[in-house]
Amino acid sequence: MHLLEGQGVTRQFGGLTAVSDVDFYVDQGEIVGLIGPNGAGKTTLFNLISAALKPKPGKIFYKERDITPLPAYKICRMGIARTFQTVKIFPNVPVLRNVMVGSLFGTGRRISSAEAQSKAEEALEFVELSSVKDLPAGDLTLAQQKRLELARALASDPELLLLDELMAGLTPTEVTEAMEAITQIRSRGVTVVMIEHVMQAIMKISDRIIVLDYGKKIAEGTPAEMAANPQVIEVYLGEECDA
Amino acid sequence: MKRTSPLSSRNISLALLGIVFVLLAILPQLTEAYIVVLLSDILKFIVLTVAWVIFAGPTGYISLASAAFYGVGLYTAAILNADMPFPLVVILAGVFCFIVALGVGALTLRLKGVYFTIFTFGLVQLLYYAVAEVERIATGKRGRFVSTENTETVYYAMFILTVLVLVTAVLIRRSRHGLALRSIGEYEQAAEHSGVNVIWTKVLVFAGSSVFMGMAGAIVATRRAYIDPGIAFDLNVTFMPVLMAILGGMTNLIGPVIGAAVFAYLGEFLLTRLPDLYMLVFGAVMVLAILFFPQGLWGLLAQGWSKLRGGRRAPA
Amino acid sequence: MGAARDIIIAGLLLGGIYALIAAGLSLQYGVARVLNVAHGEFIMIGAFITWWLFTNVSFDPLISIVITGPVTFVLGILLYRFVYRKIMVDSPTIEVFEGKSMLAAFGMLYVVQNIARWIWGSNTYAYQYMATSVTGARIPLNRLVALGVVVVVAAAFYVFLSHTRLGKAIRASALDPTTAGLVGVNVYRVLGICFGLGLAMAGIAGSLLSILYSVNTSMGLGYTVIALIVVVLGGLGSIQGAFIGGIFLGLMSSLVSYFQPSMTMIAYYVVFILLLLIRPKGIMGK
Repeated sequence: MHLLEGQGVTRQFGGLTAVSDVDFYVDQGEIVGLIGPNGAGKTTLFNLISAALKPKPGKIFYKERDITPLPAYKICRMGIARTFQTVKIFPNVPVLRNVMVGSLFGTGRRISSAEAQSKAEEALEFVELSSVKDLPAGDLTLAQQKRLELARALASDPELLLLDELMAGLTPTEVTEAMEAITQIRSRGVTVVMIEHVMQAIMKISDRIIVLDYGKKIAEGTPAEMAANPQVIEVYLGEECDA
Repeated sequence: MKRTSPLSSRNISLALLGIVFVLLAILPQLTEAYIVVLLSDILKFIVLTVAWVIFAGPTGYISLASAAFYGVGLYTAAILNADMPFPLVVILAGVFCFIVALGVGALTLRLKGVYFTIFTFGLVQLLYYAVAEVERIATGKRGRFVSTENTETVYYAMFILTVLVLVTAVLIRRSRHGLALRSIGEYEQAAEHSGVNVIWTKVLVFAGSSVFMGMAGAIVATRRAYIDPGIAFDLNVTFMPVLMAILGGMTNLIGPVIGAAVFAYLGEFLLTRLPDLYMLVFGAVMVLAILFFPQGLWGLLAQGWSKLRGGRRAPA
Repeated sequence: MGAARDIIIAGLLLGGIYALIAAGLSLQYGVARVLNVAHGEFIMIGAFITWWLFTNVSFDPLISIVITGPVTFVLGILLYRFVYRKIMVDSPTIEVFEGKSMLAAFGMLYVVQNIARWIWGSNTYAYQYMATSVTGARIPLNRLVALGVVVVVAAAFYVFLSHTRLGKAIRASALDPTTAGLVGVNVYRVLGICFGLGLAMAGIAGSLLSILYSVNTSMGLGYTVIALIVVVLGGLGSIQGAFIGGIFLGLMSSLVSYFQPSMTMIAYYVVFILLLLIRPKGIMGK
C-alpha cells in the first residue's frame, strides 16, 4: 500500500494547464524530491494534495482512502502537513502560539492545552526558535519564519510532511542544517516530500525523485538515475548554473 | 517564578473593575430614574459593541447585521412578553437570533468576506420588508404594542447581559477558540491547513455573538410601549456599535467598552442639542476616524503608555 | 397580452436603471476596490437635484442629467482624492483597504443622507413630467423616453470602456494595478476617474428615477441593496455582468410587482440566497 497516491491528477487555470494527468505515489518512510523548472506545477501539485485546490479531474488517495473531496483542515488532521513557498505565518501572534495552532487543531485527536503547549515547545526546540517564543511572529527574519512554519507543521503530528522550497534563500551552512533536520524528521517516522531548487541538497538526501515539466511527470527514479536521464538534464539540470 | 506585587497594574485594574461592578449593581437605589435609563442605554451600546467585536475583532470580518438581530430580539419580546415571563422571552430572543445567524453564516462564511458583508448589509432591509409584510397580513397593522417592564428590571437585565457578554468575550479570547479566530484573521488559509475548521469556527462565533444582540433588543423592547418595523430594523443600530468599536479601538476589550460608553453618552448629548445633525456628526467622525485614528482611542492611549514605559510585548 | 407587454417594458426600464446603478457600483468595487455602500445616496442626490431644477426653474429633467452627471462625477473624484486614496496609502493589504474603505463609505452614507435631510427634510416629493400616454399604448411617454436614455447612456459607457485609451487603462488597472502602473498608467488617477464615473452613473440614474417615482431623502438605501445584489448576480468585478444582472433583476421585479408589489424586496433576496447557494461567482464571474 502506498502512503500517498495520485491518479490522473489534473488542474487547469483558465487556458493554462498547471498539472496534467500526473500519476504519482509516495511510500512510508521515503524522502521524495519533487523537482522541475519554475512553473512546472510543483506547488500546484502540493495545493492539490493539501486540498487548497481540487483536482479536475483526478483522484488522490491517502492510506488507500480517497481524500480528494475532503477540506484542507481534515487533510491536516489525518496526518498530512505542509509548509508554503511564500511563508504563511500569523504575524501578530506570538511565535509559541503560532505553533500551538498546529498542535491544538491539527493532530486529529482531543488534546489538552497543556499537552498542546509542550508539543509546541518541543517543535520550537527542534527548529531552534525557543529563544524567541514570545515575540510576535512578524518580528522574525524570513529564515526564522520558515523554521516557524516547519515547527507549526511538525506540531500537528504529521505522518506525511510536504515541504515547499524550505531551503530557498538559505546560506550553505543553513542548507546543511536543514538537510540534517529533514533526515532527523524522517528518522522519527515521518515521510517527507520536498520541492526544492537547491540541487545538491535534494540529490543528496532524497530516496527518489519525481520530475515535472509543464505540468507533466517526465521522469521518476533515484537521484543517480535522474542525473543520468537525458530528458531531465535537457529540461532542467542543463539550465542549472550553480552546483 | 516572580510573584505579582499587590500594586501591579493587573491587580489595580481588577480592583477598579470590582468597584465599578458594585457601583453599577446598586445604582438604581442611589439615583433618579432618568439616570438609570441613560445607563441602561449606555450598557445596551456596550453589549452591542462588545458582541460585534467578539467576531469582527480577531477575524476582520465586518458584519453589518447587528440591527437585524437586534430587531429580531425586539420583535420576539413584542410578540411574547405579554404571555411569557420576561427572562424566558429574552432567552428565546437569543435562540431565534442564533438560528438566523447560523443560517446567514452557513450561507456566506464559506465564501469570501465581501459576500458576508454585502449579505449582512441587506439583511436589515430584507427583515424590515419581510416583517412589515407578515405583520400586515397577520395583524393588519404596522406596529405592535409591547407589554413593558419597569425601569429597574430593564436596567438589571441589561446589567446582567453586559456582564455575560464581557465574560464570554474574555473566555473566548483566552481559549483555544480565540486563538483559532486570531489565526483565521491573520491568515485564513494557513489556519485551515493547520487543522482549524475555519468555516465552523466562524459560523459558531458569529452566531454566538448575535445572541447577545438579540437579547439586548428584547430587553429594550420592554421599555418602549410600541414598536414597528422601522423602529426595529434601523440601520443606526448597526452603525453606532461599529463606530464605537473603531473609535474605541479593537485590539482588546477595553477599547470597545470605552468607545461605547463615551459615544453613547455623546449621542445622548447630541440628540438633545442637535437632533437633526447628530447622525451627520457621527458619520463624519467615522470617516475621520478611519482616515486619522485607525487604532482608536485605546490605540492612542496604548501607544502613549508604551512610549512612557519603553519596549513592547506581543498581545497574547 | 397587454399586461405582458407592460410588464416587459416596465421590467426593461427598471432593469436598465438597475443596470446603470449596478455598473457604477461594479466600477467602484471592481476597479477601485471600494465597496461603496453610500452609492444609493448619490442616486438620491441626483434625483433631488433634478426634482429641484424642475420644480424651481422648470428645467427639463432629461436634460438635467447633463448637470447631475458631472456634479456627481466631480464629487466622486473629490471623494476618492481626499478619502479613499489616503486609506489606500495607509493600508498594508488590499483586504485591509477593502474593509476600511467600506467603513468609510458607511460613514459617508450618514454624511450625505443627513446633509440632504438638513436641506430638504424628510418629506416625499414628486413631479409630473411627460406623464401622458402615447396614443395606442398604455405606457406613459416618460417611461419610454427614460428607457431610451438608459440605453444611450449604457451604450456610450460600453463603447468608452472598450474603445478609448482611458477605457483600456481602466480595464488594465482593474486586472493588474501593479503592471498597469509599470507601463505608464497613472493608476491613482484612473482609479479616481473610475470612482467618479461610478458615482456619475448613480447620479444619472437618480435623475431618471425622479421622473418615474417620488423622491425622499431615505430612498438611497434600498437602491444600494439592490445594486449590491445585482453586482453579485453579475459576478463581482464584472461590469458587463452588472448590466446583464440589472436587466434580469428588473424584469423579475416587474413580474413580481405585477402580482404582489410588497414581495419584491423579498424576491430579490430569494434570488440572492439561491445565488450564494448555487453559483456565488455570478453570471460572468471568474
